[in-house]
Amino acid sequence: MSQIETFYEVMRRQGITRRSFLKYCSLTAAALGLGPTFAPKIANAMETKPRTPVLWLHGLECTCCSESFIRSAHPLVKDVVLSMISLDYDDTLMAAAGHQAEQSLEDTMKKYKGEYILAVEGNPPLNEDGMFCIVGGKPFLDQLKHAAKDAKAIIAWGSCASWGCVQAARPNPTQAVPIHKVITDKPIIKVPGCPPIAEVMTGVITYMLTFGCIPELDRQGRPKMFYSQRIHDKCYRRPHFDAGQFVEHWDDEGARKGYCLYKVGCKGPTTYNACSTVRWNEGTSFPIQAGHGCIGCSEEGFWDKGSFYDRLSNIQQFGIEQNADQIGMAVAGGVGAAIAGHAAVSAIKRAQHKGEQES
Amino acid sequence: MSELNASQLDNTGRRIVVDPVTRIEGHMRCEVNVDDNNVIRNAVSTGTMWRGLEVILKGRDPRDAWAFVERICGVCTGTHALTSVRAVEDALGIEIPLNAHLIRHLMDKTLQVHDHIVHFYHLHALDWVNPVNALKADPKATSELQQMVSPAHPKSSPGYFKDVQTRLKKFVETGQLGLFANGYWDNPAYKLPPEADLMAVAHYLEALDLQKDIVKIHAIFGGKNPHPNFMVGGVACAINLDGTGASGAPVNMTSLNFVLERIREAREFTKNVYLPDVLAVASIYKDWLYGGGLASQNLLSYGTYTQVPGDKSTDLLPAGAIVNGNWDEVHPVDVRDPSEIQEFVTHSWYSYGDNDEQGLHPWDGVTEPKFELGPNTKGSRTDIKQLDESAKYSWIKAPRWKGHAMEVGPLARYIIAYASGREYVQEQVNRSLATFNQATGLQLGLKQFLPSTLGRTLARALECELCADSMLDDWHQLVDNIRNGDSSTANVDKWDPSTWPKEAKGVGINEAPRGALGHWIKIKDGKIDNYQAIVPTTWNGSPRDAEGNIGAYEAALLNTPMERPDEPVEILRTLHSFDPCLACSTHVMSEDGRELTKVKIR
Repeated sequence: MSQIETFYEVMRRQGITRRSFLKYCSLTAAALGLGPTFAPKIANAMETKPRTPVLWLHGLECTCCSESFIRSAHPLVKDVVLSMISLDYDDTLMAAAGHQAEQSLEDTMKKYKGEYILAVEGNPPLNEDGMFCIVGGKPFLDQLKHAAKDAKAIIAWGSCASWGCVQAARPNPTQAVPIHKVITDKPIIKVPGCPPIAEVMTGVITYMLTFGCIPELDRQGRPKMFYSQRIHDKCYRRPHFDAGQFVEHWDDEGARKGYCLYKVGCKGPTTYNACSTVRWNEGTSFPIQAGHGCIGCSEEGFWDKGSFYDRLSNIQQFGIEQNADQIGMAVAGGVGAAIAGHAAVSAIKRAQHKGEQES
Repeated sequence: MSELNASQLDNTGRRIVVDPVTRIEGHMRCEVNVDDNNVIRNAVSTGTMWRGLEVILKGRDPRDAWAFVERICGVCTGTHALTSVRAVEDALGIEIPLNAHLIRHLMDKTLQVHDHIVHFYHLHALDWVNPVNALKADPKATSELQQMVSPAHPKSSPGYFKDVQTRLKKFVETGQLGLFANGYWDNPAYKLPPEADLMAVAHYLEALDLQKDIVKIHAIFGGKNPHPNFMVGGVACAINLDGTGASGAPVNMTSLNFVLERIREAREFTKNVYLPDVLAVASIYKDWLYGGGLASQNLLSYGTYTQVPGDKSTDLLPAGAIVNGNWDEVHPVDVRDPSEIQEFVTHSWYSYGDNDEQGLHPWDGVTEPKFELGPNTKGSRTDIKQLDESAKYSWIKAPRWKGHAMEVGPLARYIIAYASGREYVQEQVNRSLATFNQATGLQLGLKQFLPSTLGRTLARALECELCADSMLDDWHQLVDNIRNGDSSTANVDKWDPSTWPKEAKGVGINEAPRGALGHWIKIKDGKIDNYQAIVPTTWNGSPRDAEGNIGAYEAALLNTPMERPDEPVEILRTLHSFDPCLACSTHVMSEDGRELTKVKIR
């Protein structure tokens, strides 16, 4: 793989000093929540790791994942595309079209066999022989399987590729399926959300480039670094939940004071994502901060769990320390120990439940 | 018989297939026939995806619909959500507070500005700009060019362009061209001098940085972008400027200040970079005035940016239809009249039962997928080499206004606004044409210049300026209204479904970045009974109808000469001038939502 430059070489070539490079590494470590001791490790990795080709395919989707990706502020997406990865195929952004575009895909698959990352946005429909999504005259499913064959790792961008998302909502007329249903022999990193947060997307990629491995995943295949806590756990409005202060209807006094949105349907208590910590658009805000409840867009099947304005009737009474794996197991084990948790959740109630967190 | 009819097209010449068409949203295929002089004489535009979103909506809570239809498209994110809440509010007779009206406008225009900038620089520019040629540029001459084209833009020093060029050079030298691999960089269709190419590459990167900032306005009012939140009855972002808890409220003094700064940045970029770039490109490609197609004939707009809520006559960009190129008469448009807007499926992969020739209004729309290929198709059902356009050939339906194929989008809006006497628009258009004529020494009239690929691209840039300017007005009006004691953001009188009539129907309209957008909803017993959307790319990308009328993409490609038929630069250039959005165009509804065909895992 000597023809691929290391990230460090790329930065040096662009006139970036070693001092700036090391500073970049510390910032990257901080952005990934890794602490300063990881900076030398990142520096070492970047000095020795080659630039990795990425093939980015699009199935049935709305392109919100690509749009989110280009919103990344740290790192800036221009630096990702020009210096960190080699985005060899992405039909949303690439210059070539038609057979020249398809040639780019083949070139990279051949030249970097087993070395490229496959990033998938959207999912394949199975009905109508796959012809609800056609690329190059053939079913997208064919392209997906073809490109997956020699990939080093596969990233499922967003809720479409991870769970199926909106086109797979009942009754799923095209029989759209998440990619793990059709690719069963490769590691797949699920980065759910509709779309995922920009810095979560670039954070996952940067982590893989830096450490040369995929980030630690939970049982459902999501990186723990971003999906191990519920939005509710770190929500700035959480104290109002605990104090029993709620928005009762839109634009009431509670809404103007930033009270908890649980009673108007917020799905933050059951949604695993980094919205309340990383926040959106360079940390500008996130849905709850802008006054609307979380709709749970990173959760499997979130379209089919009742209205976005229905109050959650089964908040599970577990604490921050219990992670998605444990909840996943509880659900898998059919333990319906969802303790009815209507709005009367106060500090007293919390204390009361403290002893019964294990479901 | 107009030449924009299938019966007038010549498909005997060499067939060129472009699939996938890239730098668009979604999946699209295009086939053309060229004659012995490599001039396009027949064009076939095909939508190659279908998701069935509206069938998914059936039986759901109408207040949730915005979130589902917002996922029709993540590029024009928010526009479907806005149109959806309007449809529900129309059906239920809900009037929203003025603050909500203004905040929705700010969000809608944020999208317009963002989408137009990203379209020009990241989807369209590579049809005009050759990044490899930029390596030959003299940074000093580039600096002079920049200062001539736009003296107000601060990033104009020779050193700046030298840095950009160095970065580009080193990138090219790696041999890993990434997104630029297999481009058509030695094709003579590229005409810019190296300095203009380098300037454009610099702006490609600047626009990439800028676009992530303008959408932060969505994050303030809607919590995130892409896919900000909307709400039936108003907006969810409550206003609190000086009371208890203001610092934790969605709209407070700091967030308003933040929004104002983003508007200012976007305005500066639009005026100092985007518009001058478009005019510079146009003046160098002055002889490439192809791509007019339907734009010289039939144009449609539903109108947008209503100044006085409820009074469509105060639209900044007015509604109307122009037919047969007669700019002297702008016809009124009624989206509720079943005889005006109808959809046809004669050449689309759907069936209307025993009569595929009829047209149906969206409130009564029927959509049964029927994927079948014509007898002259080359290849097989799952490996199409060449389509047969005499039969069904697209996942896009064919909407028609009073039987006419129509072009929609920024150019349609601008010609209709110009013809309707909107002074702001007339000043913009006249000023631009004067600049173009002065730079080129030509004396083109409006009807020669505007209906063209370049005219479409210019109209989009002018509209970006209009939006950025009027966002400032909206912001000031919002602050004035709050100052006058009105902090209301939502009307919750009819939030509870028990207050609704047993049956209701409504329509929401908007002008999305790519053109006229309508959502038609029927509500029964508090649930969605029927939902139909006709979106801009359904109009522009439509296949032929029962009468053989061709859609805007197909019409625009005709009579365009290609430098090298194997390299579809000219095809991409004209298709991209419409900013195709295929996920939008192809998501229509199956009446009963049954399983469509047997599942077959390949």
